Amino acid sequence: MELYMPVVALGIIATGFAVFSIVMSAVVGPKRYNRAKLDSYECGIEPTPQPVGGGRFPVKYYITAMLFIVFDIEIIFLYPWAVAFDNMAVFGLVEMILFILTVFVAYAYVWRRGGLEWD
Amino acid sequence: MTSSLVSQGDLVLAAEDLSMFGQDPWWLVVIKAVLIFLVLVLLTLFNIWFERRVVARMQHRIGPNVHGPFGLLQSLADGVKLALKEDIIPKAADKAVFLLAPVLSVVPAFLAFAVIPFGPVVDVPFTDDMTTPLQLTDMPVAVLFVLAVASIGIYGIVLGGWSSGSTYSLLGGLRSSAQMISYEVAMGLALVAVFLYAGSMSTSAIVDAQERIWFGLILIPSFVIYVIAMVGETNRAPFDLPEAEGELVGGFHTEYSSLKFALFFLAEYVNMTTVSALATTLFLGGWRAPWPLSAVNDGMFNEGYWPVLWFLSKILLFIFFFIWLRGTLPRLRYDQFMAFGWKRLIPVSLAWIVAVATIRSLSLDGGFDRTYLLGALGVVAVLFLVLFFLGGEEEEEQAEAEERPFDAFAGGYPVPPMPHQVAQARSQSPTVASSTASEGSA
Amino acid sequence: MTVVEVLFLLLGLVAAGSALLVVTTRTMVHAALWLVVTLGAVAGIFLLLAAEFVAWVQILIYVGAVVVLLLFALMLTKAPTGPQPDLDARRALPAVAVAGLVLAVLGTTVVAGFHGVELDLDGAVVGSAQTTGATIFQQWVLPFEVLSVLLLAALVGAIVLSRGTGRRGGE
Repeated sequence: MELYMPVVALGIIATGFAVFSIVMSAVVGPKRYNRAKLDSYECGIEPTPQPVGGGRFPVKYYITAMLFIVFDIEIIFLYPWAVAFDNMAVFGLVEMILFILTVFVAYAYVWRRGGLEWD
Repeated sequence: MTSSLVSQGDLVLAAEDLSMFGQDPWWLVVIKAVLIFLVLVLLTLFNIWFERRVVARMQHRIGPNVHGPFGLLQSLADGVKLALKEDIIPKAADKAVFLLAPVLSVVPAFLAFAVIPFGPVVDVPFTDDMTTPLQLTDMPVAVLFVLAVASIGIYGIVLGGWSSGSTYSLLGGLRSSAQMISYEVAMGLALVAVFLYAGSMSTSAIVDAQERIWFGLILIPSFVIYVIAMVGETNRAPFDLPEAEGELVGGFHTEYSSLKFALFFLAEYVNMTTVSALATTLFLGGWRAPWPLSAVNDGMFNEGYWPVLWFLSKILLFIFFFIWLRGTLPRLRYDQFMAFGWKRLIPVSLAWIVAVATIRSLSLDGGFDRTYLLGALGVVAVLFLVLFFLGGEEEEEQAEAEERPFDAFAGGYPVPPMPHQVAQARSQSPTVASSTASEGSA
Repeated sequence: MTVVEVLFLLLGLVAAGSALLVVTTRTMVHAALWLVVTLGAVAGIFLLLAAEFVAWVQILIYVGAVVVLLLFALMLTKAPTGPQPDLDARRALPAVAVAGLVLAVLGTTVVAGFHGVELDLDGAVVGSAQTTGATIFQQWVLPFEVLSVLLLAALVGAIVLSRGTGRRGGE
């Protein structure tokens, strides 16, 4: 636990600084009310109203996030494998190659189906 | 069951020696934390000035040179100016999250620096015989800690974009976070080879493992992939798509003003410093002096407070590299950027990991030939080249197949030709146009 | 009570409290944020129990990836700033019943499995990356390989859901 105490200390300093800045800017800065100023910025025209029930956005973002989760999981298995590699040698290598290949099949499928194209 | 193959005794392995950490008295911890915080803030002020001066030089301008010697106080003046600006919270904003977002992006940026080693164990000045490592703390999973903390930083961007209640901000935030998570994968994969060779994820152990040779020299592909990924991860040119002014105004921080905007700015520059520091630690030997200096007088320059100088120099070298990129390269298109991350960097990283692990297990078996290694490296290099260029050709073929004769009045509006298209006079009939085009290409 | 026990209790309270806020808040994005707090508190508990590696994996995967996916999904469909009155809990009672049942089953499992086991927090690190790696890759080889198939299924599912079947990519 004592290894994490300094992290907490740095965290407190950083948070304190951030909160202080936000409070400062609210206190020090001028306040001149202007209705247009509080509107969302849209290059000077009246802001487009947000579509009711949400607009339609590309589903690409979802696939990207999904791919990210899968590869993230692969990465967190690769890390302990890499660290403990010297004790396992060939057996560990074969295991991991199998794992990477299986995930690679999924990756190839996504690629093939156009999941990596960003039109 | 496979478990019967392994005896329980094998499982307790030798851990890294971290006994020198967590021993500092509380006042020393506070001093170190404050020092790291100050160094990062000052380095940010310096980097902003440095960037403006260097980019100015590259563009045959002078850059800021009025405030203070060489204009060094310019960033400070900018900061004070920002503090005196009105603090606007848009009407459509979700106030609590709007205020939370800058904090969430700045705090993780600082936290990551807790495990970065600035130097070896040194004597504490003004005490009798107290020693302490020039590093706030270390843990067996230090690099994982950096990655985990960095992944929290994404929230600042997503939430900043969403809570503004503005279309530009939302799109900018989404784009930015999609970009960051894409390059986080490549970055994470690039580190595996380092762990493989160091046998540890603790930053101090990794620096120790580079006593003989820097990992950046023996693991060149990892280093290259990491450097590309770190530019993408920090949203810097040529990957600064979240700030593509022509498309998104300011991206996720469009609606932010005053010191809240400054906090996002600070987070971006601290993140630049953090990824540079991580690159230094993992690939360039950390605080170790570069080769000719390291041999001077029995490694005199690797002891005491000297290493801080090498460490900061290496970081500034990376910062200069960031600025150089910005001064040189145009911004990528979003689809090119994502395709590069997912279709090039990731398969190449995976292939490289397998190659490194194979070489490693061969060398662990002992009694193996150098020629073997060189042969394997050759195969890997060829594989790399094929992966890098084969895909490109495929895409070009696709693009060619899709190519249609250029219509200067598509949809009734005049449009300029794309780079690969040839503009034709309107009076020509389509058949004549295509025949002249084929003649031209022949 | 020792410091560790006090912290454990506090983190547990934070986790439970923010979990309650996840289901009661009226703004969807706020619910996702409270979920982050819950997951973070659980990571803190892992850390207290010397499972260092798992703690940071929890942050990296759940906080850094899974909730980001959730947020993407929310923002891409419907998540206006400001509360949504139509987020009422009409089936609150069955939900509470199911949650209670899950709690009972999980609680029984944990008590049955680890009753009376004492963790030596000052001894050799049991949750380090090395130990975790050695355990996964020497004892739990089969589950590990099966996991890759699960990941494959997840990606194929995502593609099928978002792209539909039958159509080839790139037309």
